[in-house]
Amino acid sequence: MTIDTPSPVRPVDKVTEGEPLGASRSERLSAFAQQHGALVTLVLAVLAAWLSFDTFMTVDNTQNMAVSSAFLAVVALGMTFVIITGGIDLSVGSLFALGGVLAAWGSQYGTAVALLLPLAVCGLIGFVNGLLIARSRLAPFIVTLAAMLGARGILLAVTDEGSKTYLVDKDSFFATLGQGKVLGIGAPVWITVGLFVAGAVVLRRSRFGQYVYAVGGNEDAAALMGAPVARTKTAVYTLSGLCAGLAGALNAAWLVSGVTILGSGMELEAISAVVIGGTLLSGGFGFISGSLVGVLLLKVIQNVINQIGSLDSAYQQVVSGGFLAVVVIAQTWLGRRRRVL
Amino acid sequence: MPSTTGHDTRPVMGAAVLSVRGLSKTFPGVHALDGVDFTAHAGEVHALIGENGAGKSTLIKVLTGVYRPDPAATPGTGVITYDGSEVEFTTPLAAQHAGISTIYQEVNLVPLMSVARNLFLGREPRGRLGLIDFRRMHREAEQALRDLGVRVDVRRPLRELGVGAQQMVALARAVAVDARVVIMDEPTSSLEPREVATLFGVIRMLRARGVAVIYVSHRLDELYEVCDTVTVLRDGTSVHSGPIAELDRLRLVSLMLGREVGDVRDEGLTNFSGNHDTEAQPILEAQELTVHHQLRGVSLAIRPGEVVGLGGLLGSGRSETAKAIAGALPPDSGRVVVAGAAVRTGSTPAAIRAGVSLLPEDRKAEGIVPGLSVRENIALAALPGLSRFGLVDEARIDRVVDTFMKRLRIKASGPHQRVGELSGGNQQKVLLARWLAMNPKVLLLDEPTRGIDVGAKAEVQKLIDELADDGLGVLLISSDVEELIEGSDRVVVLKDGAVVEELTGDAVTEDRLLRAIAAAPATTADPRTRGGDDD
Amino acid sequence: MTDLSLGGRTRVDRDRLLHLLQNYGVHLGVAVLLLVNIAITPHFLSAENFRTQAVQVAPVLVVALGMALAIGSEGVDLSVGSVMALSTSLLSLYLGYGMWIALLIAVLGGVAVGVTNGALVAFIGVQPIVATLALMVAGRGLAQVLLPQLKDVRDPTMASLGSGDLLGVPYLVLIAVALALLVAFVVRRTTFGRQLLAIGDSRPAAKLAGLPVRRVLILVYVCSGALAAIAGVLATARLTASDPTSLGNLMELSAITAVVVGGTPLSGGRVRVGGTVAGAVLIQLLTATLIKHDLPPSWTQIAQAVVIILAVYAARERGRR
Repeated sequence: MTIDTPSPVRPVDKVTEGEPLGASRSERLSAFAQQHGALVTLVLAVLAAWLSFDTFMTVDNTQNMAVSSAFLAVVALGMTFVIITGGIDLSVGSLFALGGVLAAWGSQYGTAVALLLPLAVCGLIGFVNGLLIARSRLAPFIVTLAAMLGARGILLAVTDEGSKTYLVDKDSFFATLGQGKVLGIGAPVWITVGLFVAGAVVLRRSRFGQYVYAVGGNEDAAALMGAPVARTKTAVYTLSGLCAGLAGALNAAWLVSGVTILGSGMELEAISAVVIGGTLLSGGFGFISGSLVGVLLLKVIQNVINQIGSLDSAYQQVVSGGFLAVVVIAQTWLGRRRRVL
Repeated sequence: MPSTTGHDTRPVMGAAVLSVRGLSKTFPGVHALDGVDFTAHAGEVHALIGENGAGKSTLIKVLTGVYRPDPAATPGTGVITYDGSEVEFTTPLAAQHAGISTIYQEVNLVPLMSVARNLFLGREPRGRLGLIDFRRMHREAEQALRDLGVRVDVRRPLRELGVGAQQMVALARAVAVDARVVIMDEPTSSLEPREVATLFGVIRMLRARGVAVIYVSHRLDELYEVCDTVTVLRDGTSVHSGPIAELDRLRLVSLMLGREVGDVRDEGLTNFSGNHDTEAQPILEAQELTVHHQLRGVSLAIRPGEVVGLGGLLGSGRSETAKAIAGALPPDSGRVVVAGAAVRTGSTPAAIRAGVSLLPEDRKAEGIVPGLSVRENIALAALPGLSRFGLVDEARIDRVVDTFMKRLRIKASGPHQRVGELSGGNQQKVLLARWLAMNPKVLLLDEPTRGIDVGAKAEVQKLIDELADDGLGVLLISSDVEELIEGSDRVVVLKDGAVVEELTGDAVTEDRLLRAIAAAPATTADPRTRGGDDD
Repeated sequence: MTDLSLGGRTRVDRDRLLHLLQNYGVHLGVAVLLLVNIAITPHFLSAENFRTQAVQVAPVLVVALGMALAIGSEGVDLSVGSVMALSTSLLSLYLGYGMWIALLIAVLGGVAVGVTNGALVAFIGVQPIVATLALMVAGRGLAQVLLPQLKDVRDPTMASLGSGDLLGVPYLVLIAVALALLVAFVVRRTTFGRQLLAIGDSRPAAKLAGLPVRRVLILVYVCSGALAAIAGVLATARLTASDPTSLGNLMELSAITAVVVGGTPLSGGRVRVGGTVAGAVLIQLLTATLIKHDLPPSWTQIAQAVVIILAVYAARERGRR
């Protein structure tokens, strides 16, 4: 073989726009299902509910759904980062509750304390989680499971073993963060939308975001390419703690009190939402908007189950557990087929 | 850019870029590198070759900051000189920043991220607010890849590319950081011929730019096609360094394997006795085994009481052949027939039931179960046969374990010692015992004596002999030419995943083996035309 | 620790000491807690107190036995708490058909969850954490769908199972001990036990040795599910009520803690049944001590979290060796 041009190389793969190499029609179909399956399901669910129940598309009901989705969505936002790095954070439910109680207690000293105190405490717990996982290389599920227990312990300690409920002054600025409305839409919804935009920009457009994907996609390769693996991991668990604490604080502002029994099982809801939204539980792939869709889908299903009335709200868990299983099986199959390719 | 016409016009070699002198690296109990000398010059393609355990990968890891070299015994030795000054790389990243890029055998990129993101990870072009400027990144990524002759949509996930194109992306990343030295560890092992051609084009371009390329491969044809100089490592030392054109293939193979052609040697240096040829019907026949990128229609037969050697360089498909026969590597096509009956391929239990047992090459990862005792490791495969209604028959296990520990002279503090604590030789004997307890018909032994001390080696060799005498069919894989020649009654020689020659009777000599391994390829046309052997 | 090889140097001694501590630290911990309690807790040395402690630890121990098998195979089963809830619901629902039928159905429910978990892990190749997480969510939901709210269990046989005793030893404790002995026997004396350990220690070697890896893995999760279901039955008998909303909450955590504290490494390849029993007892004693001295539940939870992290951290050191 003789080479005699200045660009001495023959093309290897010709890949033009709509025709990626090795992507058959079924491949692309499954990729589409992964990316937009949740959205399609959401639209269908909303349409079905709209047609079936007069009470579904009312202003009140949608308002309610939006606000109650907001808190879970903020938790799911942090969880998305964690799961993309290939980890899991089971402590968010406890941190959510702890954040709410700390915010309600802190609100007597002003809005700044009400916001900063939960952020500081929950962020610190997330940071410790991150250190134990990234530096000491302990398994994420067991570290965050312990943190779940520890955070609940702190919560009980702060509230006289759960007997004391701190109230938020209804007229304070902090309360308006939860109760106020802008353009007829609840303040928590606006805040959530803002956070999601910021989160999406960070994940897609910042160098940190690239590291998050790289660490989850192939940790060894990421390290060899110079990504700060340990720092990235520590950062995502800190972020998850911050998100859970903030969601708890906003929830306290909405309820104008710090309720101690909230948040248990929320970690599972958040994980379900993220995974249903198309993020791979094995890491390396996912997107913020999907998690939002996942949260909305869960809340619509919940709402429909409530509307039916005769159905117990526990069906919600059956459905989301079943969803989770189906999505995970599909992901594993997709992943395996691609590896063979 | 001056045109480099063909590979015969070699540019004048530049100054030494990266060199080591008297470099040593020891691990607990192992002398991986023992005084290696190696120098890579600017604008040369330097082949680094050697058999398994010769120290290639250790040398690369020392050069790229994964391992730290041993402290020098005498001043001036044991140090890495880069660009005229002594350096010490503490991390792979430090080596990369200094301009030494490595492309690993397995592509080390993130498959789920886009091509462009992979190319630019950690050095993305950033615009306003510190956000990544994707338009610029995609443009530059496309340009960088086009320079290497690859036209792909850089927005697509990396995994949608073929392995060759992925390799090119890794290369583009290595080149983009203004590398002075590019190390390629078996870059062609999973490439199609035309992708190899593209790769070679890139290598020549790098050479023209004055980059030092260190090229690790076992494919002799490639070495002669693309390399200027060669350094041969053996047993942790550099045994030869010089222009590759001055060495013919036979000489090169001799250096790698440490055997001289025409050397007259006394038999009996190993513990193998004479031959045990039989005229019996084959107990095992492998027919046209094919595995994509690994085996191309390998056929061979093993008769009872016969030791068949499997010769060839590293990467020629020796271990893959054994694994395909043992059901551990599912073949795309081909059959395995044991005692006249076809065995379901791709199933280890089926192969074991048929009486085929494999002693894997990677003893520690795939052979022993380190946390379990000697006793439990020996009984592991035979467990169902040593149980009644799912309950383990301890007395029978004790008898079996006792028999084999004595027969194979396994040295352990007792049957309850953890296998992970034993010496390599004794671990190997435990594995042999595991299979012998199954009464196999055929034993596939992949490097049975590697990494075990001399005494144990002799014992294992003697055992192999005894087993064949007892009527077992044995397939023996060994990088130790002496062991292979003296231990085998026949030797099947593999090259690039296909059988190239079969040595029988008086032809089983080191000379003939080396010549068979070194033989220039007939063509790369249709491998199947020369896959068969002559029985 | 009978066979000693060379030894004699301080380095070896320190390693051995660490090794001993990792293996028998949990027994030491139990002994220390007992002594401390005898010294400072009034009425600690009463039969009544021991009875209470033992009855409380029984369900946790039974769940932990199954968890030890899952962890020994290099997996984990997060669905155990939900299986307990499912089991109590099924038990309540079918109690009308007689206790034994109800019991059988409750255990079959656990087996079904185990088969699903096992199939997801062994055939589809889902990571154990993820597979059992899905069943953890769905299982509790299903339990609540079957039995929407707390229901009293008024069955004389169940009541006597919960509070009766034999020669002063409560039935619950007898059953838990019997199951512990059974699991120890299975791990030591059956082909399944040996194969499980080999698979947990080195999956590639087990595959190449021709072991039925998938069958063994499924059986592991079936055992875990069945044991969790039995624990659900025991807890129902003790409380004489079925409460699918709260029964078994955080049970996966307690069970994992007992197993890990008991010296079974999370990396698989070992199952220490005795250690698991001691681990469950340790956690129970710790909780009881704190409660008896009027330290609030908050302290108990924080203490438990710290113990888990310490145990995992210690196990990590062992893994590196």
